[in-house]
Amino acid sequence: MHVPILKQGDCLIASVQSVLSDADLLQLRDDLADRVGKFRSRGVIIDVTVLDVIDSFATRTLRAVAHMLLLRGAETVIVGIQPDVAFAMVQLGLSLEGVGTSLDLEEGLAYLDRRFKKSLKHGK
Amino acid sequence: MENESRVAISSAADIVTARQKGRALATQLGFDGSDLTLIATAISEIARNIVAHAKSGEIRLTPLNQNGKSGILIVANDEGPGIPDVNRAMQYGYSTAKGLGVGLPGAKWLMDEFEIESKVGNGTKVTMRKWLK
Repeated sequence: MHVPILKQGDCLIASVQSVLSDADLLQLRDDLADRVGKFRSRGVIIDVTVLDVIDSFATRTLRAVAHMLLLRGAETVIVGIQPDVAFAMVQLGLSLEGVGTSLDLEEGLAYLDRRFKKSLKHGK
Repeated sequence: MENESRVAISSAADIVTARQKGRALATQLGFDGSDLTLIATAISEIARNIVAHAKSGEIRLTPLNQNGKSGILIVANDEGPGIPDVNRAMQYGYSTAKGLGVGLPGAKWLMDEFEIESKVGNGTKVTMRKWLK
């Protein structure tokens, strides 16, 4: 299922609504890369609260999306990884390697806010 | 007693179907919480392995009842090229399909029992079990 992407100030919010096939994940990657340029976004939140499985492919794709968006100038934070999903990911030895994560949407927005302030302080 | 179900795997979309059916059967059998997620994730990894290497195959999900223990049996069969070096394929981080090399060894960690048989030219069979605690 297609993932809707909302614009909220400097940020984009991609809110996953149902289970994602591999094709949906790749579509999300392409959509986000496109929108980040279009809206000149500096932060992206991917809300995966509804995902009941994050397997090796999903992990690799989310990681790739975040790294790709960073190259486009936007920071990504993944929010809403469920406790059972986190447990399975750890069992599988999967990590998001350097990609920001937050508990939920609210924490994700606060996380990006802090990152923006930090980059302002450094005069970027 | 719930019946076994079979899911044909020929495209990435079937991976989702297989793990949903697996989760549904495991729920009926009395698994809960993190076990359901572990089972669904293990199915996802072995189904992905079929799509990546064999193009098509089948996953069979069967209720288990042995010596008063119940559980779920998951068998993945394909008629793909087979794995020349099974030990190597079971090494964490080893992949021939540009993956993370996590699928097969990862599935083993998620389940209670895991066996893999493969013959070059004859396909691969993965058998996994998880017991209800």
